[in-house]
Amino acid sequence: MEILLSIYGAAAQGLTWTIFALGVYITFRILKYSDLTCEGSFALGGAVSAVFVVKLGGNPYLSLILALISGMVAGMITGFLHTKLKIAAILSGILTMSGLYSINLRIMGQPNTSLVANNTMVSLIKDKLPSAAELGIRDSVIQTSIIMVLGLVFSLIAVAFLYWFFGTEIGSCIRATGNNDAMVRAQGVNTDWTKIMGLSISNGFIALSGALVTQTQGYADVGMGRGAIVIGLASIVIGEVIFLKAKNFALKMLGVLVGSVIYRIIVALVLRLGFDTSDMRLLTAIVVAIALSIPIIKKKNPFVRKEGHR
Amino acid sequence: MLYFENIHKTFNKNTVNEKMVINDLSLHLKKGEFVTVIGGNGAGKSTMLNLIAGVYPPDRGRIILDGESMTNLPEYKRAKHLGRVFQDPMMGTAANMEIQENLAMAYRRGKHRGLRWGITKEEKILYVDKLKNLNLGLEDRMSSKVGLLSGGQRQALTLLMATLSQPKILLLDEHTAALDPKTADRVMDLTQKIVTSNNLTTLMITHNMKQAIMYGNRLIMMYEGKIIFDVKGEEKSKLQVADLLQKFESISRGGFANDRMILS
Repeated sequence: MEILLSIYGAAAQGLTWTIFALGVYITFRILKYSDLTCEGSFALGGAVSAVFVVKLGGNPYLSLILALISGMVAGMITGFLHTKLKIAAILSGILTMSGLYSINLRIMGQPNTSLVANNTMVSLIKDKLPSAAELGIRDSVIQTSIIMVLGLVFSLIAVAFLYWFFGTEIGSCIRATGNNDAMVRAQGVNTDWTKIMGLSISNGFIALSGALVTQTQGYADVGMGRGAIVIGLASIVIGEVIFLKAKNFALKMLGVLVGSVIYRIIVALVLRLGFDTSDMRLLTAIVVAIALSIPIIKKKNPFVRKEGHR
Repeated sequence: MLYFENIHKTFNKNTVNEKMVINDLSLHLKKGEFVTVIGGNGAGKSTMLNLIAGVYPPDRGRIILDGESMTNLPEYKRAKHLGRVFQDPMMGTAANMEIQENLAMAYRRGKHRGLRWGITKEEKILYVDKLKNLNLGLEDRMSSKVGLLSGGQRQALTLLMATLSQPKILLLDEHTAALDPKTADRVMDLTQKIVTSNNLTTLMITHNMKQAIMYGNRLIMMYEGKIIFDVKGEEKSKLQVADLLQKFESISRGGFANDRMILS
Protein backbone atom coordinates (compact mmCIF):
# COMPACT_ATOMS: atom_id res chain seq x y z
CA MET A 1 0.00 0.00 0.00
CA GLU A 2 2.73 2.44 0.99
CA ILE A 3 4.59 1.84 -2.24
CA LEU A 4 1.46 2.42 -4.32
CA LEU A 5 0.84 5.67 -2.52
CA SER A 6 4.35 6.85 -3.18
CA ILE A 7 4.04 5.97 -6.87
CA TYR A 8 0.73 7.81 -6.97
CA GLY A 9 2.33 10.87 -5.41
CA ALA A 10 5.29 10.66 -7.77
CA ALA A 11 3.04 10.51 -10.82
CA ALA A 12 1.17 13.60 -9.65
CA GLN A 13 4.47 15.41 -9.12
CA GLY A 14 5.59 14.36 -12.60
CA LEU A 15 2.48 15.93 -14.11
CA THR A 16 3.20 19.28 -12.45
CA TRP A 17 6.70 19.14 -13.94
CA THR A 18 5.51 18.21 -17.44
CA ILE A 19 5.14 21.82 -18.56
CA PHE A 20 8.70 22.44 -17.40
CA ALA A 21 9.92 19.53 -19.55
CA LEU A 22 7.88 20.84 -22.49
CA GLY A 23 9.59 24.20 -22.08
CA VAL A 24 12.99 22.54 -22.16
CA TYR A 25 11.83 20.53 -25.19
CA ILE A 26 11.09 23.76 -27.08
CA THR A 27 14.61 25.11 -26.67
CA PHE A 28 16.58 21.87 -26.60
CA ARG A 29 14.84 19.89 -29.33
CA ILE A 30 13.05 22.47 -31.48
CA LEU A 31 15.37 25.48 -31.35
CA LYS A 32 18.50 23.32 -30.76
CA TYR A 33 19.52 25.79 -28.09
CA SER A 34 20.86 24.66 -24.71
CA ASP A 35 19.10 27.20 -22.57
CA LEU A 36 20.09 27.40 -18.92
CA THR A 37 17.72 30.29 -18.24
CA CYS A 38 15.19 27.63 -17.23
CA GLU A 39 16.83 27.08 -13.85
CA GLY A 40 16.21 30.74 -12.97
CA SER A 41 12.85 31.15 -14.67
CA PHE A 42 11.44 28.08 -12.93
CA ALA A 43 12.18 29.61 -9.53
CA LEU A 44 10.99 32.98 -10.85
CA GLY A 45 7.59 31.51 -11.63
CA GLY A 46 7.46 29.98 -8.18
CA ALA A 47 8.49 33.20 -6.47
CA VAL A 48 6.02 35.36 -8.40
CA SER A 49 3.18 32.96 -7.70
CA ALA A 50 3.96 32.63 -3.99
CA VAL A 51 4.42 36.34 -3.36
CA PHE A 52 1.27 37.23 -5.31
CA VAL A 53 -0.74 34.90 -3.10
CA VAL A 54 0.96 35.46 0.26
CA LYS A 55 1.88 39.14 0.25
CA LEU A 56 -0.76 40.55 -2.11
CA GLY A 57 -3.56 38.15 -1.24
CA GLY A 58 -4.12 37.37 -4.91
CA ASN A 59 -5.96 34.46 -6.48
CA PRO A 60 -3.67 31.42 -6.88
CA TYR A 61 -4.97 30.75 -10.41
CA LEU A 62 -4.37 34.34 -11.45
CA SER A 63 -0.80 33.99 -10.18
CA LEU A 64 -0.13 31.47 -12.96
CA ILE A 65 -0.68 34.13 -15.60
CA LEU A 66 1.73 36.49 -13.85
CA ALA A 67 4.30 33.70 -13.61
CA LEU A 68 3.87 32.94 -17.33
CA ILE A 69 4.47 36.57 -18.27
CA SER A 70 7.49 36.92 -15.97
CA GLY A 71 9.05 33.80 -17.51
CA MET A 72 8.44 35.09 -21.02
CA VAL A 73 10.28 38.31 -20.16
CA ALA A 74 13.20 36.29 -18.78
CA GLY A 75 13.35 34.28 -22.02
CA MET A 76 13.29 37.46 -24.06
CA ILE A 77 16.29 38.78 -22.11
CA THR A 78 18.29 35.65 -22.89
CA GLY A 79 17.23 35.93 -26.54
CA PHE A 80 18.27 39.56 -26.63
CA LEU A 81 21.69 38.78 -25.13
CA HIS A 82 22.24 36.01 -27.67
CA THR A 83 20.89 37.51 -30.90
CA LYS A 84 21.45 41.23 -30.56
CA LEU A 85 24.55 41.29 -28.35
CA LYS A 86 26.00 38.10 -29.92
CA ILE A 87 26.77 36.40 -26.60
CA ALA A 88 27.18 32.62 -26.92
CA ALA A 89 23.97 30.65 -26.46
CA ILE A 90 24.91 28.84 -23.29
CA LEU A 91 26.46 31.92 -21.69
CA SER A 92 23.38 34.06 -22.42
CA GLY A 93 21.31 31.56 -20.47
CA ILE A 94 23.78 31.42 -17.62
CA LEU A 95 23.84 35.22 -17.34
CA THR A 96 20.06 35.47 -17.14
CA MET A 97 19.87 32.53 -14.74
CA SER A 98 22.47 34.09 -12.50
CA GLY A 99 20.74 37.46 -12.54
CA LEU A 100 17.40 35.86 -11.80
CA TYR A 101 18.76 34.38 -8.57
CA SER A 102 19.12 37.89 -7.12
CA ILE A 103 15.80 38.97 -8.61
CA ASN A 104 14.01 35.99 -7.08
CA LEU A 105 15.48 36.82 -3.67
CA ARG A 106 14.31 40.42 -4.11
CA ILE A 107 10.81 39.31 -5.08
CA MET A 108 10.43 37.07 -2.04
CA GLY A 109 12.59 39.13 0.33
CA GLN A 110 13.81 35.83 1.77
CA PRO A 111 15.11 32.52 0.39
CA ASN A 112 11.71 30.83 0.53
CA THR A 113 8.04 31.58 0.94
CA SER A 114 5.53 29.21 2.47
CA LEU A 115 1.91 29.07 1.37
CA VAL A 116 0.77 27.08 4.40
CA ALA A 117 -1.50 29.72 5.87
CA ASN A 118 -2.87 30.80 2.51
CA ASN A 119 -5.17 29.63 -0.22
CA THR A 120 -3.44 27.57 -2.88
CA MET A 121 -4.78 26.11 -6.12
CA VAL A 122 -5.11 22.82 -4.27
CA SER A 123 -6.80 24.15 -1.13
CA LEU A 124 -9.39 26.10 -3.14
CA ILE A 125 -10.55 22.86 -4.76
CA LYS A 126 -10.25 20.85 -1.58
CA ASP A 127 -12.57 23.24 0.27
CA LYS A 128 -15.31 22.48 -2.22
CA LEU A 129 -14.98 18.71 -1.78
CA PRO A 130 -16.32 16.70 1.14
CA SER A 131 -13.74 16.09 3.85
CA ALA A 132 -11.48 13.05 3.94
CA ALA A 133 -13.32 11.62 6.92
CA GLU A 134 -16.64 11.75 5.04
CA LEU A 135 -15.12 9.98 2.04
CA GLY A 136 -13.37 7.51 4.25
CA ILE A 137 -9.93 7.96 2.67
CA ARG A 138 -6.72 9.52 3.80
CA ASP A 139 -6.36 13.29 3.54
CA SER A 140 -3.13 12.93 1.58
CA VAL A 141 -4.92 10.87 -1.08
CA ILE A 142 -7.37 13.66 -1.76
CA GLN A 143 -4.51 16.14 -1.84
CA THR A 144 -2.56 14.01 -4.33
CA SER A 145 -5.62 13.37 -6.50
CA ILE A 146 -6.29 17.09 -6.83
CA ILE A 147 -2.66 17.69 -7.78
CA MET A 148 -2.91 14.90 -10.33
CA VAL A 149 -5.99 16.35 -11.98
CA LEU A 150 -4.56 19.88 -11.98
CA GLY A 151 -1.28 18.65 -13.45
CA LEU A 152 -3.01 16.62 -16.13
CA VAL A 153 -5.38 19.42 -17.15
CA PHE A 154 -2.62 22.00 -17.40
CA SER A 155 -0.27 19.63 -19.22
CA LEU A 156 -2.89 18.71 -21.80
CA ILE A 157 -3.75 22.36 -22.36
CA ALA A 158 -0.03 23.04 -22.84
CA VAL A 159 0.32 20.17 -25.33
CA ALA A 160 -2.73 21.36 -27.28
CA PHE A 161 -1.43 24.93 -27.34
CA LEU A 162 2.03 23.90 -28.55
CA TYR A 163 0.58 21.60 -31.20
CA TRP A 164 -1.46 24.48 -32.55
CA PHE A 165 1.28 27.07 -32.22
CA PHE A 166 4.03 25.09 -33.96
CA GLY A 167 1.66 24.40 -36.83
CA THR A 168 1.08 28.09 -37.55
CA GLU A 169 3.14 30.18 -39.94
CA ILE A 170 5.17 31.73 -37.13
CA GLY A 171 5.56 28.39 -35.35
CA SER A 172 6.83 26.77 -38.54
CA CYS A 173 9.47 29.48 -38.84
CA ILE A 174 10.63 28.80 -35.27
CA ARG A 175 10.87 25.08 -36.00
CA ALA A 176 12.83 25.75 -39.19
CA THR A 177 15.18 28.10 -37.32
CA GLY A 178 16.35 25.21 -35.16
CA ASN A 179 16.90 23.21 -38.32
CA ASN A 180 18.68 25.62 -40.62
CA ASP A 181 18.64 29.29 -39.79
CA ALA A 182 20.38 30.37 -43.01
CA MET A 183 17.48 28.87 -44.95
CA VAL A 184 14.95 30.68 -42.79
CA ARG A 185 16.64 34.03 -43.44
CA ALA A 186 16.71 33.24 -47.16
CA GLN A 187 12.93 32.82 -46.91
CA GLY A 188 12.62 36.34 -45.55
CA VAL A 189 12.28 35.66 -41.83
CA ASN A 190 14.21 37.51 -39.14
CA THR A 191 15.82 34.64 -37.24
CA ASP A 192 16.79 36.87 -34.31
CA TRP A 193 13.12 37.33 -33.77
CA THR A 194 12.18 33.66 -34.10
CA LYS A 195 14.88 32.73 -31.58
CA ILE A 196 13.70 35.36 -29.09
CA MET A 197 10.13 34.14 -29.58
CA GLY A 198 11.06 30.51 -29.01
CA LEU A 199 13.06 31.31 -25.88
CA SER A 200 10.27 33.50 -24.57
CA ILE A 201 7.57 30.83 -24.98
CA SER A 202 9.86 28.18 -23.53
CA ASN A 203 10.64 30.18 -20.41
CA GLY A 204 7.03 31.31 -20.06
CA PHE A 205 6.06 27.65 -19.87
CA ILE A 206 8.89 26.90 -17.45
CA ALA A 207 7.84 29.70 -15.10
CA LEU A 208 4.24 28.50 -15.35
CA SER A 209 5.42 25.08 -14.27
CA GLY A 210 7.37 26.69 -11.41
CA ALA A 211 4.16 28.35 -10.24
CA LEU A 212 2.23 25.09 -10.56
CA VAL A 213 4.86 23.21 -8.55
CA THR A 214 4.88 25.96 -5.90
CA GLN A 215 1.10 25.88 -5.61
CA THR A 216 1.00 22.11 -5.26
CA GLN A 217 3.96 21.62 -2.93
CA GLY A 218 2.99 24.61 -0.80
CA TYR A 219 6.15 26.69 -0.93
CA ALA A 220 8.56 28.48 -3.27
CA ASP A 221 12.31 28.25 -2.81
CA VAL A 222 14.99 30.32 -4.49
CA GLY A 223 16.94 27.12 -5.20
CA MET A 224 14.01 25.11 -6.59
CA GLY A 225 15.31 25.38 -10.16
CA ARG A 226 18.83 24.21 -9.38
CA GLY A 227 19.70 21.23 -11.54
CA ALA A 228 16.22 21.28 -13.01
CA ILE A 229 17.44 21.21 -16.62
CA VAL A 230 18.79 17.71 -16.06
CA ILE A 231 15.38 16.58 -14.84
CA GLY A 232 13.78 18.15 -17.91
CA LEU A 233 16.26 16.42 -20.22
CA ALA A 234 15.71 13.10 -18.45
CA SER A 235 11.96 13.43 -18.98
CA ILE A 236 12.48 14.20 -22.66
CA VAL A 237 14.89 11.32 -23.17
CA ILE A 238 12.68 8.78 -21.36
CA GLY A 239 9.69 9.98 -23.38
CA GLU A 240 11.63 9.58 -26.62
CA VAL A 241 12.65 6.04 -25.76
CA ILE A 242 9.05 5.06 -25.02
CA PHE A 243 7.56 6.89 -28.01
CA LEU A 244 10.41 5.82 -30.26
CA LYS A 245 8.33 5.58 -33.41
CA ALA A 246 6.28 8.71 -32.83
CA LYS A 247 6.31 10.94 -35.90
CA ASN A 248 3.36 13.10 -34.96
CA PHE A 249 4.31 16.21 -33.03
CA ALA A 250 1.45 15.85 -30.54
CA LEU A 251 2.57 12.30 -29.78
CA LYS A 252 6.13 13.47 -29.22
CA MET A 253 4.89 15.98 -26.67
CA LEU A 254 2.72 13.36 -24.99
CA GLY A 255 5.95 11.37 -24.82
CA VAL A 256 7.46 14.21 -22.78
CA LEU A 257 4.45 14.07 -20.46
CA VAL A 258 4.80 10.31 -20.00
CA GLY A 259 8.57 10.71 -19.60
CA SER A 260 8.12 13.28 -16.86
CA VAL A 261 5.75 10.98 -14.95
CA ILE A 262 7.96 7.92 -15.38
CA TYR A 263 11.02 9.86 -14.27
CA ARG A 264 9.31 10.73 -10.97
CA ILE A 265 8.15 7.15 -10.46
CA ILE A 266 11.68 5.86 -11.07
CA VAL A 267 13.01 8.38 -8.54
CA ALA A 268 10.41 7.31 -5.97
CA LEU A 269 11.32 3.65 -6.46
CA VAL A 270 15.06 4.27 -6.34
CA LEU A 271 14.63 6.21 -3.10
CA ARG A 272 12.78 3.24 -1.65
CA LEU A 273 15.78 1.09 -2.48
CA GLY A 274 17.67 3.11 0.08
CA PHE A 275 19.39 5.73 -2.03
CA ASP A 276 19.72 9.16 -0.54
CA THR A 277 17.77 12.07 -2.09
CA SER A 278 21.03 13.88 -2.58
CA ASP A 279 22.30 11.11 -4.87
CA MET A 280 19.44 11.57 -7.32
CA ARG A 281 21.03 14.43 -9.27
CA LEU A 282 24.11 12.32 -9.97
CA LEU A 283 22.05 9.31 -11.05
CA THR A 284 19.89 11.49 -13.28
CA ALA A 285 22.91 13.17 -14.82
CA ILE A 286 24.50 9.80 -15.60
CA VAL A 287 21.29 8.47 -17.17
CA VAL A 288 20.90 11.58 -19.33
CA ALA A 289 24.57 11.52 -20.38
CA ILE A 290 24.25 7.89 -21.47
CA ALA A 291 20.96 8.47 -23.26
CA LEU A 292 22.29 11.49 -25.16
CA SER A 293 25.41 9.66 -26.24
CA ILE A 294 23.56 6.66 -27.69
CA PRO A 295 23.62 8.06 -31.27
CA ILE A 296 27.42 8.49 -31.08
CA ILE A 297 27.99 5.09 -29.49
CA LYS A 298 25.89 3.50 -32.24
CA LYS A 299 27.95 5.25 -34.92
CA LYS A 300 31.27 4.08 -33.51
CA ASN A 301 30.17 0.49 -33.15
CA PRO A 302 32.46 -1.46 -35.49
CA PHE A 303 29.82 -4.13 -36.13
CA VAL A 304 27.32 -1.59 -37.30
CA ARG A 305 29.88 -0.16 -39.70
CA LYS A 306 30.61 -3.51 -41.28
CA GLU A 307 26.99 -3.82 -42.27
CA GLY A 308 27.50 -0.87 -44.55
CA HIS A 309 26.08 1.90 -42.44
CA ARG A 310 27.94 5.08 -41.88
CA MET B 1 17.34 46.61 -62.63
CA LEU B 2 20.23 45.71 -60.29
CA TYR B 3 23.02 48.22 -59.84
CA PHE B 4 26.04 47.03 -57.96
CA GLU B 5 28.21 50.14 -57.74
CA ASN B 6 31.85 50.49 -56.71
CA ILE B 7 31.61 47.78 -54.10
CA HIS B 8 34.55 47.09 -51.81
CA LYS B 9 34.77 44.24 -49.34
CA THR B 10 37.69 43.21 -47.17
CA PHE B 11 37.51 40.36 -44.70
CA ASN B 12 39.38 40.34 -41.36
CA LYS B 13 40.29 43.98 -41.66
CA ASN B 14 43.33 45.12 -39.66
CA THR B 15 44.47 41.61 -38.87
CA VAL B 16 47.20 39.44 -40.35
CA ASN B 17 44.51 37.57 -42.25
CA GLU B 18 43.24 40.69 -43.97
CA LYS B 19 41.99 39.81 -47.43
CA MET B 20 40.49 42.14 -49.99
CA VAL B 21 37.90 40.04 -51.77
CA ILE B 22 35.89 42.57 -53.75
CA ASN B 23 37.82 45.48 -55.21
CA ASP B 24 35.79 48.34 -56.65
CA LEU B 25 33.39 46.03 -58.44
CA SER B 26 30.55 47.42 -60.51
CA LEU B 27 27.91 45.38 -62.28
CA HIS B 28 24.62 46.27 -63.90
CA LEU B 29 22.03 43.58 -64.54
CA LYS B 30 19.17 44.12 -66.97
CA LYS B 31 15.81 42.48 -66.53
CA GLY B 32 15.71 38.99 -67.99
CA GLU B 33 19.47 38.58 -68.21
CA PHE B 34 20.85 35.13 -67.37
CA VAL B 35 24.44 35.76 -66.37
CA THR B 36 26.96 33.02 -65.78
CA VAL B 37 29.90 33.90 -63.53
CA ILE B 38 33.27 32.17 -63.70
CA GLY B 39 36.60 32.74 -61.98
CA GLY B 40 39.21 30.95 -59.93
CA ASN B 41 39.10 30.22 -56.22
CA GLY B 42 39.08 33.41 -54.20
CA ALA B 43 38.07 35.54 -57.17
CA GLY B 44 35.15 36.89 -55.14
CA LYS B 45 32.26 35.19 -56.96
CA SER B 46 30.49 33.87 -53.88
CA THR B 47 31.24 37.05 -51.96
CA MET B 48 29.54 39.04 -54.70
CA LEU B 49 26.43 36.88 -54.43
CA ASN B 50 26.46 37.07 -50.65
CA LEU B 51 26.74 40.87 -50.85
CA ILE B 52 23.69 40.98 -53.10
CA ALA B 53 21.83 38.66 -50.73
CA GLY B 54 22.89 40.73 -47.71
CA VAL B 55 24.72 38.02 -45.80
CA TYR B 56 27.15 40.82 -44.92
CA PRO B 57 27.24 44.53 -45.83
CA PRO B 58 29.81 46.02 -48.25
CA ASP B 59 32.58 48.24 -46.86
CA ARG B 60 31.89 50.83 -49.54
CA GLY B 61 29.62 51.19 -52.53
CA ARG B 62 25.91 50.94 -53.25
CA ILE B 63 23.51 48.15 -54.16
CA ILE B 64 20.28 49.29 -55.81
CA LEU B 65 17.46 47.02 -56.94
CA ASP B 66 14.65 48.51 -59.02
CA GLY B 67 15.45 51.97 -57.69
CA GLU B 68 15.38 50.82 -54.08
CA SER B 69 18.63 50.98 -52.10
CA MET B 70 19.45 47.63 -50.55
CA THR B 71 22.93 48.50 -49.36
CA ASN B 72 22.18 48.31 -45.66
CA LEU B 73 19.02 46.21 -45.72
CA PRO B 74 19.36 43.06 -43.59
CA GLU B 75 19.35 39.68 -45.28
CA TYR B 76 15.82 38.69 -44.30
CA LYS B 77 14.35 41.92 -45.67
CA ARG B 78 15.99 41.51 -49.06
CA ALA B 79 14.88 37.91 -49.27
CA LYS B 80 11.48 38.79 -50.71
CA HIS B 81 13.20 39.94 -53.92
CA LEU B 82 15.70 37.12 -54.11
CA GLY B 83 15.64 33.40 -54.76
CA ARG B 84 18.78 31.57 -53.68
CA VAL B 85 20.23 28.12 -54.22
CA PHE B 86 23.47 27.28 -52.46
CA GLN B 87 26.31 24.95 -53.36
CA ASP B 88 25.65 22.70 -50.37
CA PRO B 89 22.36 20.80 -50.85
CA MET B 90 21.90 20.91 -47.05
CA MET B 91 21.85 24.71 -47.00
CA GLY B 92 18.63 25.48 -48.82
CA THR B 93 16.13 23.32 -46.97
CA ALA B 94 15.13 22.40 -43.42
CA ALA B 95 15.99 18.69 -43.14
CA ASN B 96 13.68 17.78 -40.26
CA MET B 97 10.65 19.31 -41.89
CA GLU B 98 8.36 17.88 -44.54
CA ILE B 99 8.67 18.68 -48.25
CA GLN B 100 5.35 20.51 -48.16
CA GLU B 101 6.35 22.44 -45.04
CA ASN B 102 9.53 23.61 -46.75
CA LEU B 103 7.53 24.70 -49.78
CA ALA B 104 5.04 26.49 -47.53
CA MET B 105 7.90 28.46 -45.95
CA ALA B 106 9.13 29.46 -49.39
CA TYR B 107 5.62 30.30 -50.58
CA ARG B 108 5.37 32.89 -47.81
CA ARG B 109 8.63 34.63 -48.66
CA GLY B 110 8.03 38.38 -48.62
CA LYS B 111 4.51 37.94 -47.24
CA HIS B 112 3.27 38.62 -43.73
CA ARG B 113 3.42 35.62 -41.45
CA GLY B 114 0.91 35.35 -38.65
CA LEU B 115 -0.94 32.80 -36.58
CA ARG B 116 -2.79 31.23 -39.49
CA TRP B 117 -2.15 27.56 -40.09
CA GLY B 118 1.24 27.08 -41.73
CA ILE B 119 -0.07 25.34 -44.84
CA THR B 120 -3.47 25.36 -46.58
CA LYS B 121 -5.30 22.80 -48.70
CA GLU B 122 -5.20 24.97 -51.83
CA GLU B 123 -1.44 25.34 -51.49
CA LYS B 124 -0.97 21.60 -51.32
CA ILE B 125 -2.68 21.23 -54.70
CA LEU B 126 -0.35 23.87 -56.12
CA TYR B 127 2.71 22.13 -54.68
CA VAL B 128 1.73 18.75 -56.12
CA ASP B 129 1.42 20.43 -59.49
CA LYS B 130 4.80 22.15 -59.19
CA LEU B 131 6.55 19.01 -57.93
CA LYS B 132 5.20 17.04 -60.88
CA ASN B 133 7.12 19.38 -63.18
CA LEU B 134 10.35 18.24 -61.53
CA ASN B 135 9.75 14.66 -62.69
CA LEU B 136 11.32 13.24 -59.54
CA GLY B 137 8.23 11.64 -58.07
CA LEU B 138 8.33 14.03 -55.12
CA GLU B 139 4.63 14.82 -55.54
CA ASP B 140 3.85 11.47 -53.91
CA ARG B 141 6.13 12.20 -50.95
CA MET B 142 4.78 15.57 -49.84
CA SER B 143 4.89 14.68 -46.16
CA SER B 144 8.32 13.01 -46.24
CA LYS B 145 11.10 14.71 -44.33
CA VAL B 146 13.48 16.57 -46.64
CA GLY B 147 16.43 14.93 -44.89
CA LEU B 148 15.48 11.67 -46.59
CA LEU B 149 16.01 13.10 -50.09
CA SER B 150 19.18 12.75 -52.15
CA GLY B 151 21.40 15.76 -52.84
CA GLY B 152 20.01 16.16 -56.34
CA GLN B 153 16.43 15.96 -55.15
CA ARG B 154 17.17 18.52 -52.48
CA GLN B 155 18.73 20.92 -54.99
CA ALA B 156 15.74 20.52 -57.31
CA LEU B 157 13.44 21.23 -54.38
CA THR B 158 15.52 24.26 -53.33
CA LEU B 159 15.34 25.55 -56.88
CA LEU B 160 11.57 25.18 -56.84
CA MET B 161 11.42 26.94 -53.47
CA ALA B 162 13.61 29.78 -54.72
CA THR B 163 11.26 30.43 -57.62
CA LEU B 164 7.90 29.60 -56.01
CA SER B 165 7.08 33.24 -55.39
CA GLN B 166 8.62 34.98 -58.40
CA PRO B 167 11.93 36.54 -57.27
CA LYS B 168 13.36 39.66 -58.94
CA ILE B 169 16.74 37.94 -59.09
CA LEU B 170 17.67 34.30 -58.85
CA LEU B 171 21.09 33.69 -57.28
CA LEU B 172 22.70 30.32 -57.96
CA ASP B 173 26.00 29.63 -56.19
CA GLU B 174 27.57 26.60 -57.92
CA HIS B 175 24.33 24.80 -57.22
CA THR B 176 25.31 21.70 -59.20
CA ALA B 177 28.91 21.44 -58.00
CA ALA B 178 28.22 18.97 -55.20
CA LEU B 179 26.21 16.60 -57.41
CA ASP B 180 27.32 13.68 -59.56
CA PRO B 181 27.57 14.55 -63.29
CA LYS B 182 24.29 12.96 -64.31
CA THR B 183 22.29 14.56 -61.52
CA ALA B 184 24.07 17.86 -62.14
CA ASP B 185 22.89 17.77 -65.76
CA ARG B 186 19.33 17.11 -64.69
CA VAL B 187 19.33 19.95 -62.19
CA MET B 188 20.88 22.23 -64.82
CA ASP B 189 18.18 21.33 -67.37
CA LEU B 190 15.59 22.07 -64.74
CA THR B 191 17.26 25.40 -63.99
CA GLN B 192 17.14 26.35 -67.67
CA LYS B 193 13.47 25.36 -67.86
CA ILE B 194 12.47 27.35 -64.79
CA VAL B 195 14.52 30.42 -65.72
CA THR B 196 13.13 30.62 -69.26
CA SER B 197 9.53 29.89 -68.39
CA ASN B 198 9.48 32.58 -65.68
CA ASN B 199 11.82 34.92 -67.56
CA LEU B 200 13.96 35.26 -64.43
CA THR B 201 16.92 37.56 -64.07
CA THR B 202 19.60 35.12 -62.98
CA LEU B 203 23.14 35.22 -61.68
CA MET B 204 24.75 31.78 -61.75
CA ILE B 205 28.23 30.98 -60.47
CA THR B 206 29.82 27.93 -62.00
CA HIS B 207 33.29 26.47 -62.15
CA ASN B 208 32.36 24.55 -65.27
CA MET B 209 33.35 26.59 -68.32
CA LYS B 210 31.28 24.54 -70.71
CA GLN B 211 28.26 25.17 -68.56
CA ALA B 212 29.08 28.89 -68.43
CA ILE B 213 29.15 29.04 -72.21
CA MET B 214 26.19 26.77 -72.85
CA TYR B 215 23.73 28.50 -70.55
CA GLY B 216 22.64 32.10 -70.22
CA ASN B 217 22.95 35.13 -72.43
CA ARG B 218 25.81 36.90 -70.68
CA LEU B 219 29.08 35.72 -69.17
CA ILE B 220 31.36 37.47 -66.74
CA MET B 221 34.76 36.37 -65.56
CA MET B 222 36.13 37.51 -62.22
CA TYR B 223 39.68 37.79 -60.99
CA GLU B 224 40.89 39.22 -57.68
CA GLY B 225 37.60 40.86 -56.87
CA LYS B 226 37.06 42.52 -60.23
CA ILE B 227 35.23 41.73 -63.43
CA ILE B 228 37.88 41.18 -66.08
CA PHE B 229 35.73 39.93 -68.94
CA ASP B 230 32.11 40.60 -69.79
CA VAL B 231 30.44 39.30 -72.95
CA LYS B 232 26.85 38.96 -74.00
CA GLY B 233 24.61 38.04 -76.89
CA GLU B 234 26.15 36.83 -80.09
CA GLU B 235 29.69 37.34 -78.96
CA LYS B 236 29.04 35.02 -76.02
CA SER B 237 27.42 32.32 -78.12
CA LYS B 238 30.58 32.15 -80.23
CA LEU B 239 32.83 31.62 -77.22
CA GLN B 240 34.89 28.44 -76.90
CA VAL B 241 36.39 26.96 -73.75
CA ALA B 242 39.82 27.56 -75.29
CA ASP B 243 39.07 31.28 -75.57
CA LEU B 244 38.22 31.49 -71.92
CA LEU B 245 41.33 29.58 -70.90
CA GLN B 246 43.48 31.86 -72.96
CA LYS B 247 41.83 34.87 -71.41
CA PHE B 248 42.61 33.51 -67.96
CA GLU B 249 46.18 32.73 -68.85
CA SER B 250 46.87 36.19 -70.18
CA ILE B 251 45.44 37.93 -67.16
CA SER B 252 46.81 35.76 -64.42
CA ARG B 253 50.12 35.16 -66.22
CA GLY B 254 49.85 31.42 -65.90
CA GLY B 255 48.67 31.54 -62.33
CA PHE B 256 45.61 29.52 -63.21
CA ALA B 257 47.50 26.49 -64.33
CA ASN B 258 46.88 24.78 -61.02
CA ASP B 259 43.42 26.09 -60.52
CA ARG B 260 40.52 23.71 -60.62
CA MET B 261 39.03 25.77 -63.45
CA ILE B 262 41.38 24.07 -65.82
CA LEU B 263 39.80 20.72 -65.03
CA SER B 264 36.51 21.65 -66.59
